[in-house]
Amino acid sequence: MTASPILQVDGLVKHFPIKGGLFGKRQVVRAVDGVTFDVAAGETLGIVGESGCGKSTTARLLVQLIEPDTGQITFNGKLLGRDLSLRELRRHVQMVFQDSYASLNPRLTMEDAIAFGPQVHGVPEGKARQLARDLLDRVGLDPQRFAGRYPHELSGGQRQRVNIARALAFEPEVIVLDEAVSALDKSVEAQVLNLLVDLRQERKLTYVFISHDLNVVRFISDRVMVMYLGEVAEIGPVEDIYERPGHPYTQALLAAMPSMDPDQRTEKVPLSGDPPNPINPPSGCRFHTRCAHAFARCGQVAPPPIELNPGHRAACHLLREEPKAA
Amino acid sequence: MSKPPLVEVEDLTVRFKGARDVYAVNGVSFTLDEGEVLTILGESGSGKSVTLKTLLRLLPENRTDIGGKVRVGGEDVLAMQGRKLADHRGGTVSMIFQDPMLALDPVYTIGEQIAEAVIRHEKVSSKAAMARALEMLERVRIPSAARRLKAYPHEMSGGMRQRAMIALALACKPKLLLADEPTTALDATVQIQILLLLRELQQEFGMSVIFVTHDIGVAVEVSDRIAVMYAGAFVETGTTREIIREAKHPYTHGLLAANLVGAKPGQRLDAIPGAPPALETRPTSCAFAPRCKHAMDICRAKLPPIRRWHDRRWVSCVLAAEEHASA
Ligand SMILES: Nc1ncnc2c1ncn2[C@@H]1O[C@H](COP(=O)(O)OP(=O)(O)OP(=O)(O)O)[C@@H](O)[C@H]1O
Ligand SMILES: Nc1ncnc2c1ncn2[C@@H]1O[C@H](COP(=O)(O)OP(=O)(O)OP(=O)(O)O)[C@@H](O)[C@H]1O
Ligand code: SF4
Ligand SMILES: [Mg+2]
Ligand SMILES: [Mg+2]
Repeated sequence: MTASPILQVDGLVKHFPIKGGLFGKRQVVRAVDGVTFDVAAGETLGIVGESGCGKSTTARLLVQLIEPDTGQITFNGKLLGRDLSLRELRRHVQMVFQDSYASLNPRLTMEDAIAFGPQVHGVPEGKARQLARDLLDRVGLDPQRFAGRYPHELSGGQRQRVNIARALAFEPEVIVLDEAVSALDKSVEAQVLNLLVDLRQERKLTYVFISHDLNVVRFISDRVMVMYLGEVAEIGPVEDIYERPGHPYTQALLAAMPSMDPDQRTEKVPLSGDPPNPINPPSGCRFHTRCAHAFARCGQVAPPPIELNPGHRAACHLLREEPKAA
Repeated sequence: MSKPPLVEVEDLTVRFKGARDVYAVNGVSFTLDEGEVLTILGESGSGKSVTLKTLLRLLPENRTDIGGKVRVGGEDVLAMQGRKLADHRGGTVSMIFQDPMLALDPVYTIGEQIAEAVIRHEKVSSKAAMARALEMLERVRIPSAARRLKAYPHEMSGGMRQRAMIALALACKPKLLLADEPTTALDATVQIQILLLLRELQQEFGMSVIFVTHDIGVAVEVSDRIAVMYAGAFVETGTTREIIREAKHPYTHGLLAANLVGAKPGQRLDAIPGAPPALETRPTSCAFAPRCKHAMDICRAKLPPIRRWHDRRWVSCVLAAEEHASA
């Protein structure tokens, strides 16, 4: 059905040690706690979930800005660390962050910032500069006007275009976009989304698109992964996730989206309380403390992922097919 | 025939003076009845927060030029001084923010802060004030409210702090609540809790609300009416239904498209090009013209005419006016 995976992520775990706690006890934040998924070549995988659920940590693990405690990453069939060097992975898998200001060096002009990467990878300076100007043009910034500018001379939308150009300069196959359009005004966000849609087609790119905006994720993604407290709650084709969500958490998240219809405003709060802390996540199903359907087993045993449809999996005890006890 | 409006704003202008002037608000007029909820919808820098701050006189006086009229409950807000201004702030009108730490003091407990506000405005005993604080925490549904009275802001989660700020703002039963993006920083599942809570409290208290947001979905959830703001001016106002279903201004159309209303997955969006103007001078023509696909010479030559169906439904655009003339 789908093309062969360009990225395979298997059992990724990342815990951050933190100080403090009662009696200075050593504690860990279980930021990513056993995450497994594939990304097919040419598709866009959206990742959603509430603040602190591990989206950015997953992204940073994918591009190896941080190392996992355990787990494997395979790119185009090559296992990272065995068949593939870090340097190779970083060229093929690029990342664009939300904070476009922090990710640009304030002392580099836009042309220098974009040309820098290719030069490090051995492209001669003249050629790298030409590439930078071409890319500026491609992301909608006139090189005549923008090549010599510094980050503080650009608007947020313009800086984000530069960050995209900078990622493209490596000719990557995958771009991981972590809240890349979230800080932009809606009208500018729409322009950048159009750019991403065009580039994806033109360059056969694969995106991992992280956002807390469920409308945007629905718009851009082919498949969607829903995370909760460091784990994958549900993953599947975008229509399955939005039309037939299997996990109670996905259902609540979708019900929490503000209505766009004045005659169908939200009447009931889908989920009470704040998301719990990933330092001491609840036992069993991590969602059981907020779940309206939780039963005894949920607090005791972690539910395994259940396949609901081809490629659509959710980890919830309710979904288990079991011979109904008479 | 009926009561006069609670809020009357007429041709409000706000200019910040400095190395570079900013013409932040350029002729805003509206009225708001008791018990009504108006949302000001607009993008970053459009002048939403400045408009709200003017209603509370929170702008730095020496650096701002404010023109026009602002009346709340029949009182001239721009002329208020001393005691009257103090009663106005936190008594008649109160405000909630995106960041609750702007409203909450980190060194006092939640209970102390609410009680102090009640005493300041109502001259009741500290016991009665603390009882009111407890009642308010219960009203905003903070679990174990009695215990939370003694909590400091930093000991609460984001959603709880937002509730505590709402409790503080409503403790003196204001006639008007100003809400400046109070849910923007919250998670989706917490945001909807706060929106529904505000809707419920608004009805219970019968207060008027001016809500500011850049998120159309949020506006739909809370408001009776919407005013769309661009470059310091309202470009279109109407009921929530009118704005969502019968938008007339090209900018409103663009905003709806950018919010993916009716978008086809993966297909290019009908995006507005360019970016909002810097507002270093006061606009003398349609401020949206440089980004508008319908712009004509006349749009770039003078301020657009206003097509007015009635007091609360109008659009400031040549197209709507022409459609009217030829009808
Ligand atoms: N370097 C770090 N040290 C300690 N804790 C960390 C570190 N990085 C992330 N965390 C914690 O790990 C958890 C997951 O964080 P992460 O940034 O991945 O979440 P997220 O899903 O991206 O959230 P958001 O939507 O707020 O961006 C959070 O509790 C966070 O505080
Ligand atoms: N105290 C101030 N001094 C100078 N300029 C100011 C001041 N406050 C606001 N401005 C300017 O006035 C304009 C309108 O600002 P305002 O804060 O009202 O925007 P907003 O619509 O609330 O935007 P956002 O959605 O980003 O909060 C902006 O250009 C802003 O930079
Ligand atoms: S496993 Fe239980 S607690 Fe978890 S989502 Fe399913 S029903 Fe709810
Ligand atoms: Mg993040
Ligand atoms: Mg503001």
